[in-house]
Amino acid sequence: MRKVVVIGATSAIAEATARLFAADGDALFLVGRNAAHLEQMADDLRTRGAARVDTFVMDANDLAAHETMLARAEDALGELDTVLIAYGTLPDQTACQRDVDLALAAWQTNAASPMALLTRLANRLESRGRGTLAVISSVAGDRGRKTNYVYGSAKAALTTFLEGLRHRLHGSGVHVLTIKPGLVDTPMTESFEKGLLWSTPERVARDIHRAIGRQREELYTPGFWRIVMLAVRNMPRWLFKRTNF
Amino acid sequence: MSASPIGYQSWGRYPASRPARAWRMRWRDERLPACREAMLPYGNGRSYGDSCLNDAGVLLDTRGLDRFIHFDRTQGVIRCEAGVLLADILDLVVPTGWFLPVTPGTRFVTVGGAIANDVHGKNHHRAGSFGRHVRAFELLRSDGSRYLCTPEQNVDWFGATIGGLGLTGVIVWAEIELVPIPGPLISVESVRMPSLDAFFRLSAASDRDYEYTVAWIDCLARGRALGRGLFMRGNHVRGAPGAVRHRRLQPAVPVTPPFSLVNDWTLKPLNALYYHRQRRERRQRIDHYEPFFYPLDGVRQWNRLYGPRGFLQYQCVVPHRNGPDTLVRLLERIAEARTGSLLSVLKVFGDRPSPGWLSFPRPGITLALDFPNRGSRTLELLARLDELVLEADGAVYPAKDARMGAALFRHAFPRWRCLRRYADPAFSSDLWRRLGGGCA
Repeated sequence: MRKVVVIGATSAIAEATARLFAADGDALFLVGRNAAHLEQMADDLRTRGAARVDTFVMDANDLAAHETMLARAEDALGELDTVLIAYGTLPDQTACQRDVDLALAAWQTNAASPMALLTRLANRLESRGRGTLAVISSVAGDRGRKTNYVYGSAKAALTTFLEGLRHRLHGSGVHVLTIKPGLVDTPMTESFEKGLLWSTPERVARDIHRAIGRQREELYTPGFWRIVMLAVRNMPRWLFKRTNF
Repeated sequence: MSASPIGYQSWGRYPASRPARAWRMRWRDERLPACREAMLPYGNGRSYGDSCLNDAGVLLDTRGLDRFIHFDRTQGVIRCEAGVLLADILDLVVPTGWFLPVTPGTRFVTVGGAIANDVHGKNHHRAGSFGRHVRAFELLRSDGSRYLCTPEQNVDWFGATIGGLGLTGVIVWAEIELVPIPGPLISVESVRMPSLDAFFRLSAASDRDYEYTVAWIDCLARGRALGRGLFMRGNHVRGAPGAVRHRRLQPAVPVTPPFSLVNDWTLKPLNALYYHRQRRERRQRIDHYEPFFYPLDGVRQWNRLYGPRGFLQYQCVVPHRNGPDTLVRLLERIAEARTGSLLSVLKVFGDRPSPGWLSFPRPGITLALDFPNRGSRTLELLARLDELVLEADGAVYPAKDARMGAALFRHAFPRWRCLRRYADPAFSSDLWRRLGGGCA
């Protein structure tokens, strides 16, 4: 039985992933901002087979609350073995270009906050000599683009932070997974027109669940994004500048 | 949250209709959007006609309300949100020895949709419609009020909403009573029926001893062979789940072909083949419940077979006293028109009443078929079938309808005026506007 902490639990991808852990009979500790929504999720996960489900209300940007949350998670689960960090916001790029505070707030939520949390988590897991840190970053972090470089650069920072953390924890028994979803049809992307490249939270959740089980280090989900992003990363700059995506 | 309005169709892909926008519901405590356009709940889009469509309005997409709330494994009661699919319930409850009290021919409908259309199944003669097994639900109205509806509490809202076509508000969650089963297997017997007489004989003889009965007929056979087909009857049986090979392989129809693959060239041979495939008079087998209840769920997106113009499903019920005569005349008209469907279904409904005011099932014989959409030719044929149904004091199923006239609807569902009083003033649908129910 895994003991899974999900931070940003009410996100669509996190909820779909939590259902797969519940079906395995795992114990879950859900962290999110809305108490009522956490309770609705908890009832569902218990019904689906979770060994136990506890909830904790926290805003991930309240960095001072991180330590209390982790202590409560340890109380509830006995110990931590798998942590999924799944929160983030997709800011309006053009609004960020006009408003520096908005850009910095997006950086706070997408980069600074998870880095703070990961620092505390890494120290705990390292001292125990095992565990999994699975963190949702994004394909947007693979190259800066004019349509979403505030979000993309925050995710790039997070990806690089995870790369370094994995390097540091190599040999410690702690496993770090960087998750890079492509375009996923969730509340975060609700206003977008959807096309062939779009995927569902359920599909992405299956990939995440499997990648955690197999101790993978980097996950593009769905898998074709690995090829797409390979092309995007390697596109010569003179050509990339002329593209319009 | 507001989402793209693309992709919200009905299962028959007819008529064309496009909402102004969709609003995705995700949490039980959410309020409905404040908007000027008429709203309508939309579940998994399995209604065939226009009861789930809302042209230029707002569709309230309930698929995000897909959480279980509680499953009582000892009493067999499940409470879940309205966007949960019957398929999800089966996956959860069958391994613990429970089953849905009533299931329609597809398991990919939402619980909310099953209530709003008061669906029925192969056990109608014993169990009645889905609405009979609903213990409670919560109804959310556009003004933000919420009603807890049960057979004892808010009884009028309960009756208006069961079979209420989504017009009384959004069902947020519901509690359903399950039935115990010995396992996932069904013992099935299929019996050849050379004519319509055989159907009535077999129904009368089987409805007492078999939980599930239904007949498939060759709708193109004429003369003495009119109404020939296969009569299927089954019961839940004990047995190891592994005793039957059951694979959840799900091929899909990947694209919509440029024309209907169900047409003059394919219909007659396929119907004849289906009938003649069984040579013996009786064939018995043990089947997994999925292929027994949901043969069409085996091919995802089978509705695409009918091409870009889609198809029209026609399901009617005629009371017993006029039953046999009317059925003969209906089948003759269909066979004359040389059109019809791969799966035409006959079944005798029982007399268990539904709490729903606009419930479709009623004592009598029901016939269901689907027709490729060939424009006015198809619409004229269906209008001619309506005449027979009206004359026989029967009814056409709104959940499958895209074209019946207001006169037939009002005659068959005399309590439509009561529904109009209880309909949410901010709600409407293409069907409701077509039948003159409301112009919100």
